[in-house]
Amino acid sequence: MNIRLFVKMLLLAAWATTLAHPTHAAGRPVTVSIGSKSFTESVILGEMLRQLAQRAGINAIHRRQLGGTRVLWNALRNGDIDAYPEYTGTLMRETLARENLQTETQLKQTLAARGLRMTRPLGFNNSYAIGMKKTLAERLKLRKISDLRAYPELVFGFGNEFMDRADGWPGLQQTYHLPQKNVRGMDHDLAYRGIESGSLDVTDLYVTDAEISYYNLRVLEDNLDYFPVYDAVILYRADLEQRAPEAIALFKKLAGRINAQTMRELNARVKLNGESEAEVAASFLQANLALDIAPQAKNTWQQLWRHTREHLVLVGISLSAAILVAIPLGIVAVRHAHVGQIVLSIAGLIQTIPSLALFVFLIPLLGIGGPPAVVALFLYSLLPIIRNTHAGIKGISPAIVESAQALGLPSRAILRIVELPLATGSILAGIKTSAVINVGTATLAALIGAGGYGQPILTGIRLDDIGLILQGAVPAAVLALLVQGVFELIERRLSS
Amino acid sequence: MLTLSRVSKRYNDTTALAPTDLQVAAGETVVLIGPSGCGKSTLLRLIVGLIQPNTGSIFLGGEQLQPDNLHDLRQRMGYVIQEGGLFPHLTLRDNVTVMARYMRRDFDWIARRLAELAQLVRLPLELMTRYPWEISGGQRQRVSLMRALMLDPDLLLLDEPLGALDPMIRYALQQELKSIFEKLGKTVVMVTHDIAEAAFFGHRLVLMREGRVVQTGPFKALAQTPAHPFVTQFIEAQRRPMEQLAKVLQ
Repeated sequence: MNIRLFVKMLLLAAWATTLAHPTHAAGRPVTVSIGSKSFTESVILGEMLRQLAQRAGINAIHRRQLGGTRVLWNALRNGDIDAYPEYTGTLMRETLARENLQTETQLKQTLAARGLRMTRPLGFNNSYAIGMKKTLAERLKLRKISDLRAYPELVFGFGNEFMDRADGWPGLQQTYHLPQKNVRGMDHDLAYRGIESGSLDVTDLYVTDAEISYYNLRVLEDNLDYFPVYDAVILYRADLEQRAPEAIALFKKLAGRINAQTMRELNARVKLNGESEAEVAASFLQANLALDIAPQAKNTWQQLWRHTREHLVLVGISLSAAILVAIPLGIVAVRHAHVGQIVLSIAGLIQTIPSLALFVFLIPLLGIGGPPAVVALFLYSLLPIIRNTHAGIKGISPAIVESAQALGLPSRAILRIVELPLATGSILAGIKTSAVINVGTATLAALIGAGGYGQPILTGIRLDDIGLILQGAVPAAVLALLVQGVFELIERRLSS
Repeated sequence: MLTLSRVSKRYNDTTALAPTDLQVAAGETVVLIGPSGCGKSTLLRLIVGLIQPNTGSIFLGGEQLQPDNLHDLRQRMGYVIQEGGLFPHLTLRDNVTVMARYMRRDFDWIARRLAELAQLVRLPLELMTRYPWEISGGQRQRVSLMRALMLDPDLLLLDEPLGALDPMIRYALQQELKSIFEKLGKTVVMVTHDIAEAAFFGHRLVLMREGRVVQTGPFKALAQTPAHPFVTQFIEAQRRPMEQLAKVLQ
């Protein structure tokens, strides 16, 4: 067994025992795992898939709003998820851009070679589009994307994915020779708020976004046919045909059933009317496929408890492991200055990796969900503890250490009897720092499907729902304070 | 008891101690003296094995000090430094008995020895439950001496043991220490920069300057037959303030 697999299994085992998560528990019947991207439409479609699978009598879970196409694609290929809603344009221009695919048939062949399949188009083309406030567009007499060339001073703000994608801003700028320099990347949903507040002039839209009419936006004509067709499809693992043929049969029923107008209405019901994705998905399935599905409603307290549990598990495992590893590393750093330099630089380097990037780096190794999140949080927790252990021991007066040596105590005994007790305050302070950082950073783990308090925060940002954001942010802050309080108590205990 | 043969110590390009020979007989008190940076503390730290010599060898009771027997030989030495070097997180009792407990000495033996030593340095046994920062500087040095004497070492090594104390306490403790040394018959190597203290304690003085021994002998010999003008200079420098004081009183 190679190390990668071993580490993965170890983490999965730890995860499964603590959460008893249905996907990882051995010996259960088939479970279908659905993924969705971090925007409303994808979550609604993901919710439909989950309900359809459940309707087929299969245990199904929905890992909602994962952070970006790359995360979902890798998760699908690794088998962490079995299916997710995708768009043909994204596959051809971005995910599989290197294959230079021209037709849907070619796309299907390429997917098949990777053990993947897709359904026929669901019935709407959710293309990217470029839009701006209607009032501004009228004032500047803007109708087509190429008209933008005359206004280099306009402020552009695009969704983060659009900023970097092969079929996003770089290609758009090239095709239309756009001169704008002031271009910012941000969350897709926040861009709408930027437009509304006037801090942005132009943004990228998904043509089925409910906000287009709500915010009174004008979609600029793609007069050079830059954007490809983004037909919505369901992408799934070929092996699901054997594992859950009934679910696939139901997934396929969605094909051709959702046109652009319908999708826009479904999006609007969630984003503008505040209905839950589950309700909207269920009512659609009932109306169009005559499938009666009772959406499972969970009350706020149940959800809060689940997020708390998930968050505590993330923080608990990663912080304990960090303490167990970082204190010895700090001691080694004191004893061997050269090794210490290397250890401290590496731990420092890890700290500079943006958290989402680190989460995503770990996905090919550990899949999505808890394990990569725990490993990333563990890595982030190392530095403060190593550094404070090192500083705490180094800071002990040489006279005291020499007195211990002169007594004839061997260096291990000096460590145990003199150095560690005297460095305890500093070490505890390091652990406290790590714990607070850990609790905060763990909110980002929701982006890779690990749940926790980040889940309501992400949903809240997506739906512009302050209440929902607070539902994650307030408990996270309280937890950070609690953790700090606990360590302060321990500190006081030890020093008295 | 203690023999140093051609022992030297260099730090990069600076010579802290030129090759030095020294012999200390059992029961003898030898005082290393000289101005700051003369190498007297370096010499003492070499004997304790806190630093390793670049050349030469050190023998304690015929056994050569080496990295593999260092821990054992240290149990035959007691070391006291200026501020006592007591462990701030341990009670005085734990400070004194730490090594004996590490060696798993018998509990009763430890208790008996603790009481004995407290009596020797004239500290009440009840004080032993306190922490180092709760007692005076003079008391700390007494406790430090207790710790050094706990395992009844052959050799006592003291680095400016009274250096941080105010003059009155210092004087009283000098008298006391000397009587303890005589009573126990220990071999003592002490470092000080105070010529009066050196003369008071030392059977022999080792006067050092810039990493070299200038003259070795009883104080009288140094004063009467100086081997080098520096010897007289060093003694005079500390005698003059006393003479000025005497003049004022006349």
